[in-house]
Amino acid sequence: MEKLATQSRIRRIRRIRRIRRILTRGFCQIRNPQSAIRNFVNPLLFWFFAAMMLAFGVSVVLNRNPVASALSLVVSFLCLAALYVGLDAYFIGAIQVIVYAGAVMVLFLFIIMLLDLGAEQRRKFNKVALVGGSAVALGFAAQLVGVLGKFPMGNKPFPELKLPPGESLNDLQHVGETLFSAHTLPFQVIGVLILVATIGVIVISKRELK
Amino acid sequence: MTLTLNHYLLVSGLLFTIGFAGVMLRRNIITIFMCLELMLNAANLSLVAFSRFNVGPDGLPNFNAQVLVFFIITVAAAEVAVGLAIIVALYRARQTTHVEDINSLKF
Repeated sequence: MEKLATQSRIRRIRRIRRIRRILTRGFCQIRNPQSAIRNFVNPLLFWFFAAMMLAFGVSVVLNRNPVASALSLVVSFLCLAALYVGLDAYFIGAIQVIVYAGAVMVLFLFIIMLLDLGAEQRRKFNKVALVGGSAVALGFAAQLVGVLGKFPMGNKPFPELKLPPGESLNDLQHVGETLFSAHTLPFQVIGVLILVATIGVIVISKRELK
Repeated sequence: MTLTLNHYLLVSGLLFTIGFAGVMLRRNIITIFMCLELMLNAANLSLVAFSRFNVGPDGLPNFNAQVLVFFIITVAAAEVAVGLAIIVALYRARQTTHVEDINSLKF
């Protein structure tokens, strides 16, 4: 009896360890101490988040209720942020969560609720638009598969990053250095653009122009 | 199975196709706008994948692409603010967000 209980406990511990190994492979900065090779993201995690992202993207298009669409879009963006993290772009992943899933989607939900939009009522379909739109989208997808099939460089696996032993990728520092050395002028132009957008929004939102 | 660049490009292209289909098929301006955001994000995903794929001689990803993604996200945020303001002004004038009801410029 005692022996059986110990065996089941050992089995349970092994199972937990196996699951933990699968889940943490690639996402954390786990290093193989012998070979010092950094792992790329686990394909299982990539497929999981990619499938979630596409499924919720489809749900954005298919939902009749704008609030449901917006919430699906939030989940889609969060999965996209996970894909960025899998590509070692931690800063972009954080920006994605903060700006898109945070600020932009709050703005969307705010406007949807301000206008008090309910579920769209069913109208008769414009058959030409429906068929034409689906045909163009499907043609685009077919073209994409055809082009990617003839792109031999894309079949190579992602190269390893070369990092000093014991250090993780400090991508925020590198993005900042690139932004403020090579792209200073575009950065300032972006600042002006945001100012113009802010003023424009205020002007558009006024009830009557004076 | 190892992940290759084509996997990321395929997922990004499919996301773009979904957004594109939404823009073509939906009739609610706000949903169309959300599908536009989806297309912008598909472009961002392929840029980040190229950045990670293009490891330079120093063994680091190409950060120019990530800076470009940063700019795209900033411009998209500004665009959303202006676009939603236009939608609110339109709703105030016409009491609708359905594109087929807004056809004064239609030939």
